Amino acid sequence: MKRYSFVQLLRNAIGFGEGWQEAWRSPEPKPSYDVVIVGGGGHGLATAYYLAKLHGIRNVAVLEKGWLGGGNTGRNTTVVRSNYLWDESAAIYEHSLKLWESLSQDLNYNVMFSQRNLVMLAHTEHELNEASRRVHANRLNGIDAEIWSREKTLAFIPILNGSMDIRYPVMGASAQPRAGIARHDAVAWGFARGADALGVDIIQNCEVIGVRRDGTRIVGLDTTRGAIDAKKVAFVAAGHSSVLAALAGFRLPIESHPLQAMVSEPIKPVLDTVVMSGTVHAYVSQSDKGELVMGAGIDAFNSYAQRGSLPILEEIASAMIELFPIVSRLKILRSWGGIVDICPDASPIIGKTPVDGLFINCGWGTGGFKATPGSGWVLADTIANDRPHKLAEPFALERFSSGRLIDEHGAAAVAH
Amino acid sequence: MLLIPCPYCGERAELEFRYGGEAHFRRPDNHLEASDESWANYLFMRKNPKGWHRERWMHIAGCKRWFYVVRHTVTHRIAAAYKVGDPWPDLPA
Ligand SMILES: Cc1cc2nc3c(=O)[nH]c(=O)nc-3n(C[C@H](O)[C@H](O)[C@H](O)COP(=O)(O)OP(=O)(O)OC[C@H]3O[C@@H](n4cnc5c(N)ncnc54)[C@H](O)[C@@H]3O)c2cc1C
Ligand SMILES: [Zn+2]
Repeated sequence: MKRYSFVQLLRNAIGFGEGWQEAWRSPEPKPSYDVVIVGGGGHGLATAYYLAKLHGIRNVAVLEKGWLGGGNTGRNTTVVRSNYLWDESAAIYEHSLKLWESLSQDLNYNVMFSQRNLVMLAHTEHELNEASRRVHANRLNGIDAEIWSREKTLAFIPILNGSMDIRYPVMGASAQPRAGIARHDAVAWGFARGADALGVDIIQNCEVIGVRRDGTRIVGLDTTRGAIDAKKVAFVAAGHSSVLAALAGFRLPIESHPLQAMVSEPIKPVLDTVVMSGTVHAYVSQSDKGELVMGAGIDAFNSYAQRGSLPILEEIASAMIELFPIVSRLKILRSWGGIVDICPDASPIIGKTPVDGLFINCGWGTGGFKATPGSGWVLADTIANDRPHKLAEPFALERFSSGRLIDEHGAAAVAH
Repeated sequence: MLLIPCPYCGERAELEFRYGGEAHFRRPDNHLEASDESWANYLFMRKNPKGWHRERWMHIAGCKRWFYVVRHTVTHRIAAAYKVGDPWPDLPA
């Protein structure tokens, strides 16, 4: 793999771009691998990358039924933060945030991580109390977190509606200065290129349709491109996790729902941070192209359709106009949906399954993009050593029978 | 937007309803002796099928009654709606 650099850029500019090589190979699947990862989203690709890089396990394949990042990775609104309430969540999301801070250098691929602060608005006394509880919990966990007054919040976000004459006036906010956004596709592509360079086979258009077992142990997979033997397998399939678990003969505490988002037509820079409001219920950032990227909550019903209902988009629009009156004349350029894997406690499931040799990483729901590097890191370690990584331990599937849930619902504001 | 056929009021827009998730799972009998696993199954584990789904809806802005719907989770097509206590309609092929 040729490293990307200024010299490369110059050389290829002179050569009219003819000299660029493909970022990863597209090999035929081999008959067998040491580890097969099912799902070519950010989490699956990061897992493969860290398996190869940190654990020397390179006879690895990533199987993706569509194209890389075509699932939630390429559909998300890219909020990256670590200000979660509980210690277990704070630890894994902060580990991830630290990896984000050097990810472009590590991958030699610009993931355009932009730490532009994230402001969670508070519109009621209750929300202010909750926010200060979370900020204090964050600080005890070594995470940067601040409580802001109404004045500071309005000064920081000039286009925010400062009127006291609205249903939910802005009363203050909590903020995480190191939070921000990144380029979603680049994350999938960067991990794919890095993993490929270390020998990982990335196989697109390859859907897993069956699980082959020998007693309680997984020994391979049936795919639309033939059977593949595997010593170990990890399902990293987000919204399709229940479908894969059913193939392997167990159930998950997960329901798949559409989550929608939309972007406005591009406008001049008006917003240089990420704003979330739990009460008025929307969140927004402005992309480098100038589009406002907006979203809110899930559609209530189970679905695998990657599209949702119109009322959700109307809610996002009305919340946006309440918060930022200047957007009222903007045209919506496009809207879309992804299928998110919703877990009852709004926390992920990482670790072993009832089937020996089969690992799972899912349940990130509406907020897993920010965890991409950390999630891959702990899953790779878990697979390589056949025991949960310390940070993954609390997120085991067993917590649903032990009752030790990690309830992040209240803490997540608009949960992204 | 879904058009949901309430068995009491007829077809109405999705906005009038509250979703209640998977239908027809049963609280463990003998709840004092039931194992942690059977509680976990009841409380948390879901079929979450890619295909036909029996699910609960409540007509919150109408008759305020719970009922069941058979809906496809990829096409969103609704094949049947039935009252609590009614025999279960077959899933379409
Ligand atoms: C609209 C929207 C907004 C969001 N906003 C945010 C946000 O602001 N911040 C944040 O942190 N998170 C956000 N999320 C959540 C985030 O996108 C996900 O949690 C995260 O991207 C999941 O990554 P993944 O790699 O696990 O899943 P995915 O990227 O979905 O990858 C899973 C892959 O598995 C493949 N697959 C499934 N079944 C099979 C099979 N049988 N065989 C082979 N391959 C299979 C799929 O095709 C898919 O590519 C958002 C999600 C959506 C939909
Ligand atoms: Zn009714």
